[in-house]
Amino acid sequence: MKALRADFWSGLALGGLGAYIIVVASRWEYMGQDGPGPGFFPLWYGIVMAVLSLMLMVSSVTNKGTNAIDWSGARSAFVAWAAFSVMVASLPLVGFVIGFAALTLFIVLVMYRKPLKVALITAVALSAGFYLIFPLALGVKLP
Amino acid sequence: MDVLAGLMQGFGVALQPLNLLWCFVGVVLGTVIGVMPGLGPPATIAMLLPLTFLMNPASAIIMLAGIYYGAKYGGSTTSILLNVPGESASVATCIDGYEMAKKGRAGAALGIAAIASFIAGTVGVLGLMLIAPPLARVSLAFSSPEYFALMALGLAMVVLLGGESMVKALLATLVGLWLAGIGTDLFSQTSRFTFGRMELLSGIDFVVVAIGIFAIGEVLANMHERGGAQAIPVPRGVRNLLPTMQDMKDSRFAFVNGSVIGFFIGVLPGAGSTIASFISYGVEKAVSKHPEKFGHGAVEGVAAPEGANNSETGGALVPMLTLGIPGSGTTAVLLAALVLWGFKPGPLFISENPAMFWGLVASMYIGNVMLLILNLPLVPLFAQVLRAPVYVLYPVILGISVVGVYSTSGSLFDVWLLAGFGLLGYLMRKLDFPSAPLVLGLVLGGAMERALRQSLMMSDGHLSILVSRPVSAVMLSLAVLILLIPLFGKFNAWRLKALK
Repeated sequence: MKALRADFWSGLALGGLGAYIIVVASRWEYMGQDGPGPGFFPLWYGIVMAVLSLMLMVSSVTNKGTNAIDWSGARSAFVAWAAFSVMVASLPLVGFVIGFAALTLFIVLVMYRKPLKVALITAVALSAGFYLIFPLALGVKLP
Repeated sequence: MDVLAGLMQGFGVALQPLNLLWCFVGVVLGTVIGVMPGLGPPATIAMLLPLTFLMNPASAIIMLAGIYYGAKYGGSTTSILLNVPGESASVATCIDGYEMAKKGRAGAALGIAAIASFIAGTVGVLGLMLIAPPLARVSLAFSSPEYFALMALGLAMVVLLGGESMVKALLATLVGLWLAGIGTDLFSQTSRFTFGRMELLSGIDFVVVAIGIFAIGEVLANMHERGGAQAIPVPRGVRNLLPTMQDMKDSRFAFVNGSVIGFFIGVLPGAGSTIASFISYGVEKAVSKHPEKFGHGAVEGVAAPEGANNSETGGALVPMLTLGIPGSGTTAVLLAALVLWGFKPGPLFISENPAMFWGLVASMYIGNVMLLILNLPLVPLFAQVLRAPVYVLYPVILGISVVGVYSTSGSLFDVWLLAGFGLLGYLMRKLDFPSAPLVLGLVLGGAMERALRQSLMMSDGHLSILVSRPVSAVMLSLAVLILLIPLFGKFNAWRLKALK
């Protein structure tokens, strides 16, 4: 993706956030008898955010010479993030030890294309290590 | 005399066996993560932060600070042997360090880096010790308007040097301010931006954001790396790591230059060790009788930036401890750590917690000695860290992140937030949004809003209070001038040059 488009879309997203902050903050008290209300500060940074987002969008359209953004490795990152999210979702069902072992197995086997034996040993060893260090040695509760 | 008495008290704390152990753990861990390209001190400190709740706060800050300055020592190893900086502060070291290594002088380069780090790191601590207490006394006179102006100035400095686009850096700061505002407003008990979720009533935990953005974001950004780069072998034996007398003579000005420039740049919010090391390198080259040697393996080209990035650590702790204003991502995490342990960094921090402050100062002297002793003979061992398979390292970081966040709150909702902030951290890296301003906005947001509202309560709602008091007027004027720099072509060119 070209930086131009990336800046445009990130500006649009942040502009949306700025607009949301303005709308929500304007419902809260701006200035009361005791001084500024809960809406005072958010309203101002919401306005500044909206203005700056607009500036980012405009400059992304007018600056033709912007460098392209390097998206190499993005696929790996998104796959890893999805796997991490699946692990988080599975925590209430399988617990950390099994969920983390499955995540490690996936990363080593699928993402780094290591042999199944290496992946299994790594997954089991890391999971066991976490179990030994955190709940057993340090008394830290695992999810 | 106060300083001497404080230092004696500090050594009494730092020399306790348990604190010596944690100092050692911190500097070793710092060196290891400094060696590893991709994993920086803010990510490591953020990940370990939840575990420090099990420790006594003095031991914990000694260990976390050890990671901070230890990483600066370790960062030079990969710069010299691999031409890959272990962390951004060591980029300048690559220029001459790798050239020295290619000429068979890797040992001397590593040795001079360790010696420069030790000298400048010690000078940095000396500066911290001498400047922090008087600065804290001066800032006791500050009231809410001055605090608001000071925080605005700190954020403006971070925005100035946060990235090429000041608009993006400013937007990241505003997102941080918004995140800080999520939860219940303490003045009016109004719940703000909670999306109807009970879990957000008490706000978003700093640990979740810091670990997500720094640790998970970093893992995602490096996930496609396969490792296995070939490093230049390290000569065995301490004798082969010792620089020659000529090297030491050639570097004598670089030691002073790195120490002084590094410290004063460290005190400025936003500048950071990368800029300190480049400025120091530039000054060294400018005053050298043989500038043509730079870039071809000049020993001063290693000593100056390595000294500067270590001295910067002491400088960066000055505003963090005395004013409660962090200047970088790492000091923001350290500040949050102090707050989470129940301390209030600011003008009263030193007088209310002398054992903590002086214990930290003394531990930094001890830690620098430990690092010098460790780094000379053990560089070959630390270089082995480069062989650690990333397919083991990355799951470990993800696992520690989850355990760290869950152990703080016991909430799976926070683990989901962690995943969200991890993705945000990755996207920010890809889209060239700096993460330090966001984290600083989050850390300072609550205090900044409080100071602004208190100021306006003092003045019955008149904003003029911010400009009618001389100190706040000067600081706010500076903040505005800084934010307007892109409009001045010459200054903006200087800024972009400094960043590049």
